[in-house]
Amino acid sequence: MSSFSATAPSARSKWFAGTLVILYALITMIPLAWIMLTGFKSPADAISYPPKVFFEPTLEGYVNLFTTRTRQTDDFLAANPPQTWYEEIVRQYDMVIAGPSKFGERFLNSVIIGFGSTFLSIFLGTLAAYAFSRFKIPLADDLLFFILSTRMMPPIAVAIPIFLMYRQLGLSDTHLGMILLYTAVNISLAVWLLKGFIDEIPREYEEAALIDGYTRFQAFYKVVLPQAATGIASTAIFCLIFAWNEYAFAVLLTSGTAQTAPPFIPTIIGVGGLDWPAVAAGATIFLLPVMIFTVALRKHLLRGITFGAVRK
Amino acid sequence: MADVKLTNVSKSFGDTAAVHAMDMTIPDGAFVVLLGPTGAGKTTTLRLIAGLETLDQGEISIGGRVVNTETPAQRDIAMVFQQYSLYPHLTVRQNLEFPLKSPILNTPKDEIARKVEEVAEVLQITRKLDNKATELSGGEMQRVSIGRALVREPQVYLMDEPLSSLDAKLRTDLRVELKRIQMTLGATILYVTHDQIEAMTMATHVGVLNDGKLVQFGTPREIYENPNSVYVASRLGQPRINILPADIFGTAPKNAHHIGLRPEHVQQGEGRAARIDRVERLGDHTRLHLHLDGHDIITLADPHAGYTAGNELQIAPRDPLCFDARGDRIY
Ligand SMILES: Nc1ncnc2c1ncn2[C@@H]1O[C@H](COP(=O)(O)OP(=O)(O)OP(=O)(O)O)[C@@H](O)[C@H]1O
Ligand SMILES: [Mg+2]
Repeated sequence: MSSFSATAPSARSKWFAGTLVILYALITMIPLAWIMLTGFKSPADAISYPPKVFFEPTLEGYVNLFTTRTRQTDDFLAANPPQTWYEEIVRQYDMVIAGPSKFGERFLNSVIIGFGSTFLSIFLGTLAAYAFSRFKIPLADDLLFFILSTRMMPPIAVAIPIFLMYRQLGLSDTHLGMILLYTAVNISLAVWLLKGFIDEIPREYEEAALIDGYTRFQAFYKVVLPQAATGIASTAIFCLIFAWNEYAFAVLLTSGTAQTAPPFIPTIIGVGGLDWPAVAAGATIFLLPVMIFTVALRKHLLRGITFGAVRK
Repeated sequence: MADVKLTNVSKSFGDTAAVHAMDMTIPDGAFVVLLGPTGAGKTTTLRLIAGLETLDQGEISIGGRVVNTETPAQRDIAMVFQQYSLYPHLTVRQNLEFPLKSPILNTPKDEIARKVEEVAEVLQITRKLDNKATELSGGEMQRVSIGRALVREPQVYLMDEPLSSLDAKLRTDLRVELKRIQMTLGATILYVTHDQIEAMTMATHVGVLNDGKLVQFGTPREIYENPNSVYVASRLGQPRINILPADIFGTAPKNAHHIGLRPEHVQQGEGRAARIDRVERLGDHTRLHLHLDGHDIITLADPHAGYTAGNELQIAPRDPLCFDARGDRIY
């Protein structure tokens, strides 16, 4: 619309804001882009100085990420010509593929633990937040403060007691143990954020549903939950990002069965030291789920909270 | 349909007694209008009956059944909220279907469709059925929220200023429609309004609230002709009743401190001379603003007679209502 409006931003301020956003996006995206590029470099290109921006791309990093390799004698190599394109890549270094690496398993662990703890945090957090928002709970303020206070020290400060406790309980290096741990850390954030969102939903909606013949739980499920979707989506993203990226506890408490990707990726050793392209390839793949999750929930995040149907 | 009985019902919020020791019987099939200034406790009364607030004391029964401990759903009532609260994530149609789909009613599909169409027709919102609830004007939202009550056939309808944001024509249409529904269904309706005409035309009974107390309950005619206090007399009637010192027209009636004169009870052509301040010609009738001994008096006049501001007019009281010093009616 070309007509004058008191609230719509002017073309100039729009242009200015747009430029700022693009600039900021570029700056934050440079490291990401660098990691993605490195994943397609050869080990030599990856550590060359000055750094190479233009290079011949190779899938070596990805092959190394997903496989374990052994060195073989020339006789063996001559007797067994490479069958596939990825064997050919490995042959450059006189190696053959010995089997799959542990990356797949570790990645799956990350998915189970990350999404599992996010689901549990949101599930418990929503119920608790609803109760805090709607019911008269004795000492509600103190309880809320107590819940928040668990966030006041860095979680790693309690690493030793948790380590000992988990060993006693047999939770060390288990999926359940890690899910519980990340849920415990995330739940305070979830309760606080969600309580804010649920407080914003007028009670009249539930009251109307109660009168329309629904029980409180049904009213919660049919009326409150859909309207809290925005809040739930953004809270879920925060929870997932924490659980997904958590490193310190993962190093401390997991080593095998339940090890997540973050402690695994830096241990990928290539020829003569850390295999940077493989590490970068691992990091790139590792970024994808959070990205997909965030993009999938984007609509809810951007929609904002509109409560247009109540007359105040 | 059922009657509703409140016995000694009280509800306080902290220090405010929103409803205080209220006794009220709403007969089966009655259309009861609650009148009272803002903050008088009208909404709280409805919420208590609906079960959205718990009683501090007293008893509420619906259809002879004490419902104090029942949930809103068990009480089988429909309510139109003052803050009409449509479910914003649903369409208009889904909003109207919502009560019918409740586990308690569990209405068959074809019946739901029929009811929704029927109610949408009555409320003139058929064209908006597939709009999101947030894509409506205030008046449309209000009609949908009335519709959400009308799709059901509950024991009691509670309506909190349901027509307040509609234009004059729609308001008249719906007034007639609501009255028709009440008559044909024999529905029991408890209705809050600030609107004189709604109160006078729709009500079978009027309850006047003041500070959480029910100060008078009766037919609109009783309340109008026979109010038991200055307060009640001032709540009904447009223009308002003239409250004047008892001795303004000579000797005061016995014991009276004030007299109340409805505009139509100011007789012209004899008595004391009052000055005409202003003449309001409203078409079908004319209002005269008079001035007598420092008091303003409003009366009605023949629209064809020629009155001019500044002239004098002789007036005398006819059948005045007499009140004592506390404002209570004596005769
Ligand atoms: N939830 C509440 N908490 C505290 N006070 C309340 C609450 N609900 C109502 N009140 C108080 O109770 C009194 C009666 O309120 P109520 O809403 O019943 O008035 P009303 O007659 O409906 O007024 P209006 O015509 O403005 O809607 C008011 O003084 C109000 O401030
Ligand atoms: Mg009210």
